[in-house]
Amino acid sequence: MLAYTVRRLLALIPTIFFASLIVFLSVRLIPGSIIDLMLANNPLAVEKDRPAIEAALGLDKPLHTQYLHWAGSALRGDLGRSLWQDTPVMHEILARLPVTLELALLAMVVSIIVGIPIGVYSAIRQDTAGDYVTRSFAILLLAIPSFWLATLIMVFPSIWWGWAPELTYVPFTRDPVTNLKMLLLPAVILGTALSALNMRLMRTTMLEVLRQDYIRTAWAKGLGEGMVVTRHALRNALIPVVTLLGLEVAGVIGGSVILEQIFVLPGLGLLLLEAVSTRDYPVITGIFLIVGVCVMLINLLVDLSYGLLDPKVRYR
Amino acid sequence: MINFSVRLAREKPLGAAGAAICLLFLLCGIFAAWLAPYGMNEINLVNRMKAPSMAFPFGTDYLGRDQLSRILYGAQLSVIIGFCAAGLATVVSILIGVVSGYAGGRTDMLIQRFVDAWQSFPGLVILIVAVAVLGPGMPQVIGVLALLFGIAGSRIIRGAVVSVRENMYIHAAQSVGAGTQRILWRHVLPNVMPVVIVLFTSRLGATILAEAALSFLGLGVPPPAPTWGGMLSGSARTYMHQGPWLALAPGLALTIVVYAVNVFGDALRDLLDPRMRGSR
Repeated sequence: MLAYTVRRLLALIPTIFFASLIVFLSVRLIPGSIIDLMLANNPLAVEKDRPAIEAALGLDKPLHTQYLHWAGSALRGDLGRSLWQDTPVMHEILARLPVTLELALLAMVVSIIVGIPIGVYSAIRQDTAGDYVTRSFAILLLAIPSFWLATLIMVFPSIWWGWAPELTYVPFTRDPVTNLKMLLLPAVILGTALSALNMRLMRTTMLEVLRQDYIRTAWAKGLGEGMVVTRHALRNALIPVVTLLGLEVAGVIGGSVILEQIFVLPGLGLLLLEAVSTRDYPVITGIFLIVGVCVMLINLLVDLSYGLLDPKVRYR
Repeated sequence: MINFSVRLAREKPLGAAGAAICLLFLLCGIFAAWLAPYGMNEINLVNRMKAPSMAFPFGTDYLGRDQLSRILYGAQLSVIIGFCAAGLATVVSILIGVVSGYAGGRTDMLIQRFVDAWQSFPGLVILIVAVAVLGPGMPQVIGVLALLFGIAGSRIIRGAVVSVRENMYIHAAQSVGAGTQRILWRHVLPNVMPVVIVLFTSRLGATILAEAALSFLGLGVPPPAPTWGGMLSGSARTYMHQGPWLALAPGLALTIVVYAVNVFGDALRDLLDPRMRGSR
């Protein structure tokens, strides 16, 4: 397990290098200068700010020096300062990150709680009416955009029953119950499409596992359906689903941008949209980098969790 | 083509229905100017916030613009963006996937690490950052969507190329001295074509949805262009409690089209490339 963990950590290094390059180049390889854009898009800025902004972004040095400088500071946790607020970007991001992670985590939990049991049910009752209904429903859920679902929930209950979701954010540390109540609705919306993905894959892998010899043996021993499904089939069928969960992380964090905007949750997504509207490039690149690193770390955890699920991985 | 349609209708009725809706969507997009009863931004203050009726089947918005006409013109924008972006994305996927898969070795390793890094960023975040850098507008949106989905999809093409590369006919072509270019064009590409077609269809739904999300956030095609995502956002939201029909038509149109494209794509995948079954 230790060797596996170390190998997995080493494999992360080139990926992080390329990711940092993507972030670094994203705002530097554009046609025309960022500064022109910034000056053109911000009425508060004037032409004489140019050298100051150039120095603030470190744009007056050659590209590779800029990268080394930027990557070095980033490694020390310094992502520069916001152009308009003059606060450290890292500080701002760390304040907002928990909201996004909480929303993403809740959405993943929803997608697991809903998707996995239904997927298992659909597989063990293959080709029954229940299987068809859940499968068709899953394809439909995949097509409904989360922002439309959220819009419908904001509009119709308030017209019919005068009910509207609470939009003043309460931090978890102050009032966990209210906080969870607030986040549950966006999490369910975000988790809906994901649960359909989980359900589909769970069904497919479960069907494959149920055809294996050791399942026949389990039946032949006279075990009940509950025992065969949970003890023998589910554990093996879960491994590809866990892989999928890892791949979904990036999508969930991306999707939370939209739900944070609709439900006015002060997470990274909202910060990103604010930064985009004021063209605050240090904040934009900072969020870009941190989100990428978070996704990589969560994927790492997912990969390590295989070791727990699948003994074959542990001994490889 | 005709044989294939018959096979589709017989073996995958749901997929065929999806294909029919896709065709209808395409026709709506192409003939929007003829089908729409009003102009896309024709302001009619006398008829503002009218509920759906015979004259305005989907109602009107706060400027009295006919929602049906805007949905039809929105279909046009979705068709243009969806087909251009998915088409370009497929080209990008082919370029990267073929080079990476056929070259192998160190080149392959480097390209794959880059793709890993690219995929660790949420698509929507890449899109938002790109729009922040390039500014909103249709060409930018198409270009960025193409790059985003192109790089992500290159894995699938690479996988197909790697399995084709080991075939006897490729070794035969190499041993009679065929050039790399010729082998790629004449032997590799035709054999990964089913994968390419399936990839294109699955990207079509994804690009339409991504563009809608971007326009919803106000970062896609700028208003007053009648994008489906844009119609659900901005000033329209403040009027939705007065006129709930504003919240219905654009989302419904989007859901139906994406559903149809996905169902059609699933059916195509099952018919053309059984190996990809169950993957998305």
